[in-house]
Amino acid sequence: MALLQISEPGQAPDPHQRRIAVGIDLGTTHSLVAAVRSGVAECLPDAQGRVILPSVVRYLAQQGRQIGFDALAAIAHDPENTVASVKRFMGRGLQDIAGRDKLPYNFVDQPGMVSLHTTAGAKSPVEISAEILATLRYRAEDTFNDDLYGAVITVPAYFDEAQRQATKDAAQLAGLNVLRLISEPTAAAIAYGLDNASEGVYAVYDLGGGTFDISILRLTQGVFEVIATGGDSALGGDDYDRALADWVLQQTGAQATQASDKAAMKLAARACKEALSATDSAAFEAQLTGGRIHFEVTQVQFEAATAELTARTMNAVRKALRDARLGKDEVRGVVMVGGSTRMPQIQRAVADFFGREPLTNLNPDEVVALGAAIQAHQLAGYNSAGDLLLLDVIPLSLGIETMGGLVERIVPRNQTIPTAMAQDFTTYQDGQTALALHVVQGERDLVADCRSLARFELRGIPPMAAGAARIRVTFTVDADGLLQVSAREQVSGAEAKIDVKPSYGLSDEQIAKMLQDSFSTAEQDMQARALAEARVEADRMVLATHSALAADGDLLSASERERIDALVAATLAAKPLDDAKAIEAATEALAHGTEAFAALRMNRGIKQALAGKNVETI
Amino acid sequence: MNLQSNDFELFALPVQFAQDRAAIDARWKDLQREAHPDLFAAHGAAALRVAMQWSVRINEAYQRLKDPLKRAAYLCELHGTPINAHHNTAMPAEFLLQQMSWREALEEASSEAELDQLNEQVQQARREELQQCERLLDVEHDYPRAAELVRALMFIERFAHNIEARFDRMDTVDRGQ
Repeated sequence: MALLQISEPGQAPDPHQRRIAVGIDLGTTHSLVAAVRSGVAECLPDAQGRVILPSVVRYLAQQGRQIGFDALAAIAHDPENTVASVKRFMGRGLQDIAGRDKLPYNFVDQPGMVSLHTTAGAKSPVEISAEILATLRYRAEDTFNDDLYGAVITVPAYFDEAQRQATKDAAQLAGLNVLRLISEPTAAAIAYGLDNASEGVYAVYDLGGGTFDISILRLTQGVFEVIATGGDSALGGDDYDRALADWVLQQTGAQATQASDKAAMKLAARACKEALSATDSAAFEAQLTGGRIHFEVTQVQFEAATAELTARTMNAVRKALRDARLGKDEVRGVVMVGGSTRMPQIQRAVADFFGREPLTNLNPDEVVALGAAIQAHQLAGYNSAGDLLLLDVIPLSLGIETMGGLVERIVPRNQTIPTAMAQDFTTYQDGQTALALHVVQGERDLVADCRSLARFELRGIPPMAAGAARIRVTFTVDADGLLQVSAREQVSGAEAKIDVKPSYGLSDEQIAKMLQDSFSTAEQDMQARALAEARVEADRMVLATHSALAADGDLLSASERERIDALVAATLAAKPLDDAKAIEAATEALAHGTEAFAALRMNRGIKQALAGKNVETI
Repeated sequence: MNLQSNDFELFALPVQFAQDRAAIDARWKDLQREAHPDLFAAHGAAALRVAMQWSVRINEAYQRLKDPLKRAAYLCELHGTPINAHHNTAMPAEFLLQQMSWREALEEASSEAELDQLNEQVQQARREELQQCERLLDVEHDYPRAAELVRALMFIERFAHNIEARFDRMDTVDRGQ
């Protein structure tokens, strides 16, 4: 038997085996990867020293692709094949995409998620995002000259189930082990709170390239508790660009109908907007097929042209405060995140509303990736940040369709996750043996106004009179905000279950196929990879078991201890085999066989947490 | 203590209606510091599954304990008087009249100030009923009457949601969308 290092929980099990975990901010406009090095979170630069990777992917006719700055440079002359802001299409159908007629892409309307037709064929937003994620993964692997243990990926707090699942699929496709999805404002709060040792209630106003989030958080001794969150997953800097471009077209009477003109207007608007963050007036310049536009735009004009967008963000801020049952005077500080918060009208609107200057001392582009890196480091088993704990919430209510197309809410929005909630339903016809369940997400009362997530059926209900069956539907939302729904008829025990891979999600087989087919990770032999992963997991389980035995072995009887030792030995015996399935089976047997022990340990931990505190209450 | 313990046992709180919200919050965080799945990410599948169960259970108890109405309903249930709101809709006439006048006021409210005023009335009624609930549960231990009061409070709560929905709509309409 091999010698094993035993360590305390919370510490790296083996100091010689580095576990490199990164945080990735997969943004609409640009993406970043960060990691904790020598105790400090920092963004990792590319070979040219740039930390930002433009979230742009260009497909070339001969199998190749460009990602980042090279692709960005091609937007104007190859707009159809150069995809920017793909985040806005994640988990979305064609009808969901506002202003699609102003975009230069050839959309392919597909059930579930829209695709984009390029010279390299139809590409789903998941595949395109995976290219960006894989680029960041290689950057991190090159930096550390080692494989990654895993990544924390950030998503807008207001991303729904379909968008979260699509993001997780993209990460998987890029060959990343997803440790957690965390929301962007929460990540920003971690980076901000830890930097400033803050306590109290904070608002995070996060206006990115394509999404807007407002989160109200309470910070207490390393616990980041999200009290309420709100926003709009289709509102961001891109919309300010579009509003400005539309306004200039209106003022000048120019036309932009061709793909290259649309792309040129978008670029010109962005440049003009960025200039207006520093000066009172700036030139809007674009070369269109019909002629050249040169138009001077003032701060005041830009503010007026986009006032409606800014007002929408402030509505969401008011709503989040109401949900949190807090007055704006109870907020101790407002943290600004996202490049779009550089716009002076945004800073003014936020300062006016809260009656205080927003905090901008951290780089709004980097703060999300830095927070994600800190969380990733901790999830990899390091404890550098002390006792960091995230208590996040679900952004949108979850429910099921009932009679008459109405929604019965099961998990209300702003509920802390992980959570499980159940509700009882019954049959409405005599002798009914099956029940169709339609899972939806949203705040409206009508199913038609909510997002459809999944449909499944519970079969095998024994025939009884209408209303006699008791069907318990349970929604379980994990710490990533991902949903599983199960239904069980209480009398007969008939059961059905579904992981809500929304109508949009990709099946594991589809992902495996895509990985084999086209992808940048294809050069890696899938089997070798599966074997390596199985071995890592086996190691992890054996180490975890050893440290658990060292800490709390006294909870076990001699025979229980023997059984666990035998399972550990079996796992170690399976490890050298060239058979991923056999290693996985042995690891799972060990996991299963130690579950009761884990429960005993948890009991002990909980009792210790409460010990000494009873004195105060008595 | 285990996963089957009741909410009060789990949070080591006295089984009564009167509670200190700050103490509930602090206890919730102490417990999640022990049980949250994130703390077990690197500890293998068995520990992770157990952590998920505990974390869910702790959040469930927290939702019930922190909300006075849910806490009152839970206390009635623990003492053998389930609320059965669906089967038990009889309300005193006086209460129904008040509900009707509130509904009218909500329909007629046309400004944020009017809505604020109505909201304050409703919250005041809610506070008074909750005080009575505390007396019935903690002093008189009259659970059937407390259950009646809980059912009335559920109406008030639903009405408060309607007011909130109106606030939301007003925000959007105000800004010409």
